[in-house]
Amino acid sequence: MSHHDLLCDPHTHLSRRTLLGAGAGGAMLSTIAHQLAWADAVGATETSRPKNVILLWLEGGPSQLETFDPHPGSAIGGEVNAIPTSVPDLQIADTLPRVAEKMHLGSLIRSVTSKEGDHQRAIYNIKSGYRPDPTLVHPSIGSILCHEFPEQLDIPRHISILPQNAPARGGYLGPVYDAFKIGDPQNPVPDLKSPIAEERFDRRMKDLQWLEDRFRRQRLRDLDQNRTLHQSSTDAALRMMSSEQVSAFDVSSESKETLERFGQTPFGRGCLAATRLIGAGVRCVEVTLGGWDSHITNHSLQSARCEILDAALAGLLDRLVEQDLLETTLVVCGGEFGRTPQINAAEGRDHWPHGFSTFLAGCGIRKGGVYGATAKDPKLDPDKPLADVGSPITIGDLHATILSTLGVPYHEERQTPIGRPLRISEGEPVKDLLA
Amino acid sequence: MKQFFVSVAKWSWFGLLMLIAFGYMASGLSEPSNDRRGEVEAASDVRLDGSSPSTVPESADLESAAGSPVDSPPREPSAQAESIVRVTAAVNAARNEQLAAFGLQSAPPADWMASCRRMSLALIGSGVSLQEIRGLESLPEDRRESTHLSNLLRDPRFHDYWAERWTRFIVGADEGPFIVYRRRRFRHWLSDELAANRPYDQIVRDLITAEGLWTDRPEVNFLTVTFDSNDGNPDPIRLAARTSRAFLGLRIDCLQCHNDFLGNVNLGDPVETREGRQQDFHQLAAFYSSAKTNGLQGVRTGEADYEYQYLDESETVEVTPAVPYAAELLPEEGDARSRLATWVTHRDNRQFSRAAVARFWALMFGRSATEAVDNLPLDEPLPPMLEPIVDDFVQHRDVRRTIRIIAQSDAFRADSRAAFDVTPQHEERYAVFPLTRLRAEQVAGSIVQASKIKAINRDSSLLVQLIRYGSINDFLERFGDLGENEFSKDGITIPQRLLMINGNMLREAGQLNPILNATGHINLFARDNAQAIETIFLCLLNRYPNAEERDYFIETMTERSDRGEALEDLYWTLANSTEFTWNH
Repeated sequence: MSHHDLLCDPHTHLSRRTLLGAGAGGAMLSTIAHQLAWADAVGATETSRPKNVILLWLEGGPSQLETFDPHPGSAIGGEVNAIPTSVPDLQIADTLPRVAEKMHLGSLIRSVTSKEGDHQRAIYNIKSGYRPDPTLVHPSIGSILCHEFPEQLDIPRHISILPQNAPARGGYLGPVYDAFKIGDPQNPVPDLKSPIAEERFDRRMKDLQWLEDRFRRQRLRDLDQNRTLHQSSTDAALRMMSSEQVSAFDVSSESKETLERFGQTPFGRGCLAATRLIGAGVRCVEVTLGGWDSHITNHSLQSARCEILDAALAGLLDRLVEQDLLETTLVVCGGEFGRTPQINAAEGRDHWPHGFSTFLAGCGIRKGGVYGATAKDPKLDPDKPLADVGSPITIGDLHATILSTLGVPYHEERQTPIGRPLRISEGEPVKDLLA
Repeated sequence: MKQFFVSVAKWSWFGLLMLIAFGYMASGLSEPSNDRRGEVEAASDVRLDGSSPSTVPESADLESAAGSPVDSPPREPSAQAESIVRVTAAVNAARNEQLAAFGLQSAPPADWMASCRRMSLALIGSGVSLQEIRGLESLPEDRRESTHLSNLLRDPRFHDYWAERWTRFIVGADEGPFIVYRRRRFRHWLSDELAANRPYDQIVRDLITAEGLWTDRPEVNFLTVTFDSNDGNPDPIRLAARTSRAFLGLRIDCLQCHNDFLGNVNLGDPVETREGRQQDFHQLAAFYSSAKTNGLQGVRTGEADYEYQYLDESETVEVTPAVPYAAELLPEEGDARSRLATWVTHRDNRQFSRAAVARFWALMFGRSATEAVDNLPLDEPLPPMLEPIVDDFVQHRDVRRTIRIIAQSDAFRADSRAAFDVTPQHEERYAVFPLTRLRAEQVAGSIVQASKIKAINRDSSLLVQLIRYGSINDFLERFGDLGENEFSKDGITIPQRLLMINGNMLREAGQLNPILNATGHINLFARDNAQAIETIFLCLLNRYPNAEERDYFIETMTERSDRGEALEDLYWTLANSTEFTWNH
């Protein structure tokens, strides 16, 4: 059997396994190890470096009142207290003490508004920037970024860690831009490791190629290139299986101290993996923390979630700063909507899209900024829900702001499969949020 | 002491119940009482070789043959059969004329096995089982395709699978609002409608005019799925968009916000069209404003009271229900939704039939005959092959009849290979059968089916059905679902490729498990390597290996010390091939 008969070089597998077995250090320092080592060393920022985004997706609707926009002592304040932050005159909830020390790294928006109060529709709205439309599935931020800036990487450039109900999708850009989904980074990446011995695997691949060659005969011209993409997708899959970049998913090589900084939780490990993946060249990582839908016992539910978020977000920002990645990496932290100012009979808060919070940091976002406000004593007029919100910002504008910091021409139109040209974002950037 | 005995009795009773439950699942007690055999016994009834079966049902009666491995073709009234032949001949003539006009040569007909595989993929979402192949082989070759088609059309797997495919284009792929929408109930209702072979226009009429609670009137979910965007009432805007796309093949969604300025939407008279206007969309939506939520009574019919503020207008105006073309077909009497249903399904509203036929054609081929299955401009003709089918559908509104016409056409039966150089134009004009990638659930369904000797259907043991359900769901979650984008032409993605190469489902389906899997069964019962290879080819690719393939794999298998391992590898290899994962 010659190597030319194989879809991949068996020596590559040997090399991969030897490398992974030996760890990232030593004389066989791999590409990823080089990149991570480089990222570990604080150096001058290269403005030409590509822009990235990490979305900390708080699914279920985090309460603005128990996180970034507390109103203690008011009728709507609940049991939460406010604490000072690293930004003068800015206070956030005492549920996020470590995050409070990092607020100078980004801008807090307290006036996000949308028209969607249903989880599924609101998630779609925030992730894509458009309201659900039966004619078209709109792409998410990461998909747009990967589409606008094509690059070659062994591992997927768009990753969703701990996805729940709606992992980021490529939408009309195609499933090739869907996020690659993984679970808790302490577990192996699914489907990446062959479950059989290498020799047997190589034999399978050889037989497969033999069959493929025969299937192509007398069929559509350039079948593989023009239609099935069997060869190229197989090659890419094998490349990923053999790639040293895969070690970026694995947080087990990190010190115990580092893991503790992020909190020993799946979400914390997800945030840690996100920094490693961004360091390895991934463009967008989405990390999901669910459990925010507190229709009952709001305070205890929100507090428990905040404990996880606090360590992970603070750890993430620290790490990005240490590795000089924050200048080129936008961190977005928020959910699909907020929660009602009123506390219901079950001590819960319900869905509230009329003024909730999102935190942005890095990648050209103004440092230490606060944008918008919600009323401490809201009138809650159902006919004028935005009357209690100062400087409301729409989902479209939030998207345009995010995309503009990433260098995406948000205002340009792209052709969609339904023959209708559509702007990448239907909003305009909020200049006060930009550095 | 008494308490001790009571406790022992309780636990013994619980243990006995668990044992019975396990036994029920494992032994196939859910099968009909006259066929309570375990999987191994049942599977061993299916011959691995091609010798004549001991008993092959040859019932001439359509209904009495239900449930048998191979049923005879239905005895259709000869007039009906003849009329189907006539329509098929017209479709073939249109194809030939078109090929001649473009100077294209036609591929020869595919063999019966390839045709049967195409039918199975289109109608039940998986390949042909070995059991079915063996049964069909017992019939004369010229009857195999028609028999298989007849069997499939009566098969609950067809009703369930098409109900799922229809559900996607009728209400979408999302789960919709909690409580007031139940996708599963809607799908089951559609399955029952398909099983009863209700005319398509009656099904659509029921959807548009649905009333009641989703719990006892599943069709009302067509309306309730839109509750979330309209404060607990059916959303006229979403329903107008859905109606125009799903039932009329018209994309008028952009008119929701503005008049058509790109020349994409032509309405008015089907012969002499005009540009689409914003009013067209909202007047259509106004029909659905008569659907009101009325507490525990669910959706009821009230007055149409739709208001809208058009672009560049300063005030909201009352919008009277009106249709975007062929207004003469709209009855003047009746409530708004009944009038709309009558107009949509009117025999002279040819667009309704065009949309239905284009949809069924796409479901059969896995690709649309036009650029998009829900974009059939009023003033643009369909491909000539579809016109005779539309003419027939206008008359009969019969889903199964339309499927028969398509499945028997030369276009559907053409080989995907040819002695000449096959170009995209050959595919576009159906000179060859166009290669289409299987949908995720077709890949999953085919993998699970190929891992069994017998057909997996409602008569299979509960355990087998549960395994199938669980495996497919897990696979879809990883593989991804195209949602409503039914006929995407995208190639496979890298994560999907990885799932096929290393994923659990394929590994478990190919394992040497003599009770549950075909590979284990074949390893036990195949008399030699040649028969084992042949059987695995039949299970996965639904064809015999050719001489070159047989020799190649016999050689590779002979080199191996462990035949079981070699069979697992062959299963994996075939399942990863383009031939398995594409329709051809």
